[in-house]
Amino acid sequence: MNVTKKEYEELNKSRSPKSKLQKTLPKAFVAGGVICAIGQCLLMLYRYLGLEEETAGLAVSVTLITLSVLLTGLGLYDKLAKHGGAGTLVPITGFANSVAAPALEFKTEGYIAGIGAKMFLIAGPVIVYSTVAAVAYGVVYALMK
Amino acid sequence: MKKLSGGSIWFETPLSVSAFASAAGPKENDGPLSGKFDFAAEEPCIGEDSWEKSESSLITKTFGKAIEKARLAPSEVDFVFAGDLLNQCVGTVFGLRDFKVPFIGVYGACSTMAESLALASVFISSGLGQNAAAITSSHFCSAERQFRMPVNYGGQRTPTSQWTATAAGCAVVSPKAQPPYITGATFGTITDMGVKDSANMGAAMAGAAYETITAHLSAHGTHPRDYDLILTGDLGVVGSGILRDLLHKDGVDISNVHNDCGLLLYDLERQDVHAGGSGAGCSAAVLCADILPKLQCGELHRVLFVATGALMSAMTAQQGESIPGIAHAIEFTSKVTN
Amino acid sequence: MKQIIIAFLVGGGICLLGQLLIDLTKLTPARILTAFAVCGVLLGAVGVYRPLIDFAGAGATVPLLGFGANLAFGVKRAVDENGWSGALTGPLTAASGGIAAVLLLSLLAAVIFKRGLNCKAAK
Repeated sequence: MNVTKKEYEELNKSRSPKSKLQKTLPKAFVAGGVICAIGQCLLMLYRYLGLEEETAGLAVSVTLITLSVLLTGLGLYDKLAKHGGAGTLVPITGFANSVAAPALEFKTEGYIAGIGAKMFLIAGPVIVYSTVAAVAYGVVYALMK
Repeated sequence: MKKLSGGSIWFETPLSVSAFASAAGPKENDGPLSGKFDFAAEEPCIGEDSWEKSESSLITKTFGKAIEKARLAPSEVDFVFAGDLLNQCVGTVFGLRDFKVPFIGVYGACSTMAESLALASVFISSGLGQNAAAITSSHFCSAERQFRMPVNYGGQRTPTSQWTATAAGCAVVSPKAQPPYITGATFGTITDMGVKDSANMGAAMAGAAYETITAHLSAHGTHPRDYDLILTGDLGVVGSGILRDLLHKDGVDISNVHNDCGLLLYDLERQDVHAGGSGAGCSAAVLCADILPKLQCGELHRVLFVATGALMSAMTAQQGESIPGIAHAIEFTSKVTN
Repeated sequence: MKQIIIAFLVGGGICLLGQLLIDLTKLTPARILTAFAVCGVLLGAVGVYRPLIDFAGAGATVPLLGFGANLAFGVKRAVDENGWSGALTGPLTAASGGIAAVLLLSLLAAVIFKRGLNCKAAK
């Protein structure tokens, strides 16, 4: 080899195309914004229909989750996400997609080792670490009381 | 057959690629090589109910077509060297299960086609039989679920990422006197340049391609200008650039004769494959659908085929290991020159 | 209408931050989602997320930060009501509705959808 690993890294950097931020950022902003705006419309609708604030919030989540799982099953969510990027990843719909996609994909490995286990591929760490963080906050809060 | 320096071999009596066949998925058959494949699937699942079976079906169809073209019964095939990207090479195993042919499983990641061809050539050159087949496949969906994410998951691919080809290629090596000929081969060394980004395979493998090309040229006393084509597979945009830069530092310019299977299989802009194609089947299918026919009819005269592989597993990537690369070379000619 | 525009702007802004993480760092989607959920817990805990929800509504609750913040609110309420044990029961109680819905619907989808559709997805 005629270069060091460091020089190779430089070559790699100079040859690797960068993400086009001027394209990805507006797309993510719009995609995420639209999903949240839909959420807001639903929230206002459910409130108008007489649901209490907390129940209405849950109903919004469940509606968005249903839409996302449906789009995932139809093979459309990943096509939206190719453009939406973080705009489709960060909302609750992205979380639902991260559970539904492996559930569909690993159906071939059966209900236990396939669907049941692989659903948590991405959702697992999200639930684990946010729960642990919340427990830690609970302990601190109980101490301070 | 003679061993040269490094891992190079010279076949004093050239071998013949007596038949070859290729298969591709719908996306691959929608690219620049559209219509050149012996079998083109209309849907990625190829009528099967698991992605692994879909990949096996590529192997079955390609091998079946190749021996049909060579007018051989499976029992007349002396050895089959074959591999794919799946764990324990199950794509190949299940695809060849019913043929009852002597099977030698090969793993060289995306370099498997060159590795299998080199091994088949060595066997035939040693007089061990009349027909040895080399087969390699990959499938986008079976590779995605093993190495990355479920197909329906909405993750964004980075600009350096490459698209695993749904494709396969098979070549039958015989001691005949008909083009295309195999005149030499070089087994590469494992070359790790410290690249850790598994979404930048081209960069992880370019160092290995440099090592193998340099070794092959030096062992065979040749220069890039002696070739019509130096075909790497699959470095993509990033790896091809790095390879040219590395050779340029040695004062070797390959830009006039170099191309890459990952750049030939897809229309990079229209098909949205980012840095190009990859996967073991990519170089196998490009070789068998495009390059070997051109050598056969004399449109190309001398080709150095350098298939590159990234020897990592999903597990070593999670453990933070860098990605070792490998490249194996095969030299093809359209005429025997003495 | 004003509320919808605010939700669009705030929600879009949060996703913009996520996109910066994707493009400028090598973080995988799983790491980004986890980071957003944990940050949500922290923001909820220190009390800055409640005002954001009051201001932006779904713009703040729909992104995964809202999921995390919800866990923090749940813990606080459970500790207020039951003392120490609330630290353990609070987090998942608050998230239970969303998680159960995701699991149930994903299982249903896996049962209902044939691979024929999944097959086309790879084109």
